[in-house]
Amino acid sequence: MNLFDIIGPVMVGPSSSHTAGAVRIGGISKKLMREKIKDAEILLHGSFASTGTGHGTKQALVAGLLGMETDDERIPDSLEIATSQGITIKFGTTELRNAHPNSVKMILHGESGKSLEIIGQSLGGGRINISEIDGLTANVAGDYPTLIVHNQDQPGHVASVTAMLAHKSVNIAELRLYRSGRGGMAVMVVECDQELPEEAIKWLEKQEGIVKVTYLSLLDNEEDTE
Amino acid sequence: MSFRLLQEICDRCKNEEKEFWQIVMEDDSRERGVTAEESFQTMRNMYHDMKRADQSYKADRKSASGLVGGEGAKMEAYRLQGKTLLGDFATEVMEKAIKMGESNACMRRIVAAPTAGSCGVLPAVLLTYQTNYKCSEETMTKALFVAAGIGEVLAESASIAGAEGGCQAEIGSAAAMAAGSIAYLEGSDATGISHAAALTLKSLLGLTCDPVAGLVEVPCVKRNATGAMVALAGVQMVLAGIKSVIPPDEVVDTMYRIGNQLPACLRETGEGGLAVTPTAKKVEECLNKGCPLGE
Repeated sequence: MNLFDIIGPVMVGPSSSHTAGAVRIGGISKKLMREKIKDAEILLHGSFASTGTGHGTKQALVAGLLGMETDDERIPDSLEIATSQGITIKFGTTELRNAHPNSVKMILHGESGKSLEIIGQSLGGGRINISEIDGLTANVAGDYPTLIVHNQDQPGHVASVTAMLAHKSVNIAELRLYRSGRGGMAVMVVECDQELPEEAIKWLEKQEGIVKVTYLSLLDNEEDTE
Repeated sequence: MSFRLLQEICDRCKNEEKEFWQIVMEDDSRERGVTAEESFQTMRNMYHDMKRADQSYKADRKSASGLVGGEGAKMEAYRLQGKTLLGDFATEVMEKAIKMGESNACMRRIVAAPTAGSCGVLPAVLLTYQTNYKCSEETMTKALFVAAGIGEVLAESASIAGAEGGCQAEIGSAAAMAAGSIAYLEGSDATGISHAAALTLKSLLGLTCDPVAGLVEVPCVKRNATGAMVALAGVQMVLAGIKSVIPPDEVVDTMYRIGNQLPACLRETGEGGLAVTPTAKKVEECLNKGCPLGE
């Protein structure tokens, strides 16, 4: 354990799981979106739904979507800030199956019409996990630059992705595969030691059998919140 | 590698003829691959952030539920009228602990130490100590390293999460860390520091995590103040030459065992303890209906 997990983190209260963790879920979702969010539907599950109001979970999730860090003093005002930026936010509750008690489902739409559906879990102490992306298992913690490829379950996709990464000198820290069923949809979650260049993602998107490419960059990107 | 035993830190202090805080800082710089200066500066920033959080307290803030707010200011007013039961120092510690807990509940920026719910204990004793005994910021930063070292052992060998170990893991840990850091400031060696932590932790063993309506408000905010008082008692015993009969690492291990034995209803689930009292149930009902509290 890091010494500054003991003294720290510096965060906006009241709860590391319901507030700081929620900011991080929002933040990773924003990064996965990779474009300005136009509207978001936020569905709270379990303890997020029952105690979220008292913990500022809604404000925290939206703050994350706006690109704020866990210690940003504007977190309590995030809903107003989102409105002033023309972002539509809709809240609701949901009952997810086999989900962690601190879970949220978010349906996001970007300026270009791009959409993303994620399920995020706050595991305690500010640690989080993105368990699903677009209905498929993902398990992304956000500690590494992460490539998520949705493809048809057929031979060769892992080879082409890993060959491309080798070509770009990107080392794989961890590689996980999931599928809905034999010959159905499959997901590759690739946690990398280096960032991927933009053209690599563009190239992947054009490959036959690859349905969707999502990428989590840890670099601070562009237009953060004003 | 993180320390698993307080004795490990004590042994290294003796063998390398270094102070407790130095051993902890050197371990951090090795672990994270930063220089000792960088490690020290990061800790110093934490102290700044604690100070800033204390100074930005406002008495008129209420938490979203309306259950907490304004009570740190009541303690301050009581202190300022000049005659208190426990004296200025202890009263100011309680005041700062409540203020920080309230700020946390009101979505202000705090330093989790070790958690957000227990964020009041350590800054309360350290900030009050600094103003009353005129210590330099360097000295206070060293005291924070002492606290962090104790916290690391507790996290490694027991727990610092209420959901795992109950409130003993949060307020208990924070108080043990605070006691050790004040023992250091009062000139205790590594053994004295460990015993101050142990004497404090022993008195908070078994403390349940039973927040009303699942919020980090009741009883959390005020437990920061009482936890800080237990810490001061723990240090004072060490300063008087009193030691813990049960060795410090055995006390830490006891917290771990008790944490495992605590039923789930007493570990942050809101299904036991104070959370199921008639009053707590009424509060919960009221919040679910959206009616205002604390008016």
